[in-house]
Amino acid sequence: MGTQVSIFIQQIINGLKIGSVYALVALGYTMVYGIIRLINFAHGDFIMVGSYVLLYTIPIMVACGLPAWTAIILAVTACAAVGVTVEKVAYKPVREKGTKMSALITAIAMSLFLENLAQTVFGASPKPVGTIFSFPNLELAGIKLNGNTMLTIAIGVVMMIALQLFVKKTKMGKAMRAVSEDGEAAILMGINKNRTISITFAIGSALAAVASLMYCASYPQATPTLGSMLGLKAFIAAVLGGIGIIPGAMLGGIVVGLVESLTKAYIGTLTGGVITSAFSDAIVFGILIVVLIVKPSGILGKNVGEKV
Amino acid sequence: MLKVENLNVAYGSIHALHDISLTVNDGEVVSLIGANGAGKTTTLHTITGLKGAMSGTIEYDGTDLRKIEPSHIIKLGMAHVPEGRHVFTRMSVQENLEMGSFIMNDKAEIKKNMDMVYEYFPRLKERKKQLAGTLSGGEQQMLAMGRALMSNPKIVLMDEPSMGLSPLLVKEIFHIIKTLHDNGITVLLVEQNAKMALAVSDRAYVLETGTISMSGKASDLLRDDKVKKAYLGA
Repeated sequence: MGTQVSIFIQQIINGLKIGSVYALVALGYTMVYGIIRLINFAHGDFIMVGSYVLLYTIPIMVACGLPAWTAIILAVTACAAVGVTVEKVAYKPVREKGTKMSALITAIAMSLFLENLAQTVFGASPKPVGTIFSFPNLELAGIKLNGNTMLTIAIGVVMMIALQLFVKKTKMGKAMRAVSEDGEAAILMGINKNRTISITFAIGSALAAVASLMYCASYPQATPTLGSMLGLKAFIAAVLGGIGIIPGAMLGGIVVGLVESLTKAYIGTLTGGVITSAFSDAIVFGILIVVLIVKPSGILGKNVGEKV
Repeated sequence: MLKVENLNVAYGSIHALHDISLTVNDGEVVSLIGANGAGKTTTLHTITGLKGAMSGTIEYDGTDLRKIEPSHIIKLGMAHVPEGRHVFTRMSVQENLEMGSFIMNDKAEIKKNMDMVYEYFPRLKERKKQLAGTLSGGEQQMLAMGRALMSNPKIVLMDEPSMGLSPLLVKEIFHIIKTLHDNGITVLLVEQNAKMALAVSDRAYVLETGTISMSGKASDLLRDDKVKKAYLGA
């Protein structure tokens, strides 16, 4: 019984770990959606960009005598630059001249472009990412806790609190909320809308870079398609929590992580082996379908009519 | 102070404003009255740059406003209270007012302005922690006006401040406009409630399907038979 409980707690912790990665990525989707009403399908691929930057810069940092995790500074910078560039070059012209649908298609195209570009530049085969951090394992009340896992969760929590403070307390954060709620009124207040959109993309992409660090700490491999499945699940998390709502993305990420982890662990025994853990992704996508049917505005979303 | 000349504006192939010319002098309350769809809101939107013009000039204190980014207009001392209030519903009353002084950095001055707004609208002070979305229509209108006053504007453009409000609140809103006038703030007022608008204005323009059909002293227009028949319901 003791080991059963211990295994259960391990699964919860694993769920929280992957859930905090989903949450950080979901934040990027939700912030961008909040401000320009666009699902940035290329957002998942920013994680991939981050992982390649880590792959190539960790050895350099280590050679300079710095800890490997300092590579995150370069990954954050690179991802923010990619995010802002994608917005300026691909989305802004379409947003100003085209329809919502053409912007959405542009986002899908951007995702495919980044994946294929990475495949051309880095090759299709997975490449090992160096060790990012090795935190000693802990033991708490007889339960063994993986140090790296706990650190990953901690980073996720710190990032979420920091973002929440930024959005609630700083002038720039308030400008972001203003533009996201009413762009025209925000302009009348003297807020530069385009600059605010750029900053939103920069922050969302920087969070994707941090997510890539957290992800690669557990699964140290960079591939051109690393971001597609991760991005899709984070997108589900954002919709589940209520797209456009920042706390919703955090909640959705954690829920999707927990569901995935617990499904993998228990679905086989619960269904007598009829449904195996290989179905865990199907169950996560099933959540999306159920949410879209039952409460399309998400857990924290309010049912409001389309703004005219 | 504000001088609009031969302004032409179109939405696609629909020509919304034809050769509009109007002036607002320092310290005046000028109203723009007319029926729904006459182009009143379009005129204000074009002045603050939310809508582009085809031709014409908009001069404000010697600056050509057509060359200014819409988000810079407020820095020139011009605030716009949009039609339908457009308060930030998911922000508190206080945060909405803070957004009104977004262009200012002097904390003491922001605080001073906020106290001034709370003096104009004591109801807002009682609700400063409340989300703007939970306010009544009248309170949201007060908030929208208060937010515009937060940047020390020299001129305030107000678009239909009385829309959808109870007669009592309409009176209160117009009383505030009068107080602003007494305090030397210039106001360009767009209203469907012509009677109330003319009562607080120095001068007025009547807009009819995109052209100015009449203009003059507000007191004269109040007595004009055509205005009476078309806009005052008498």
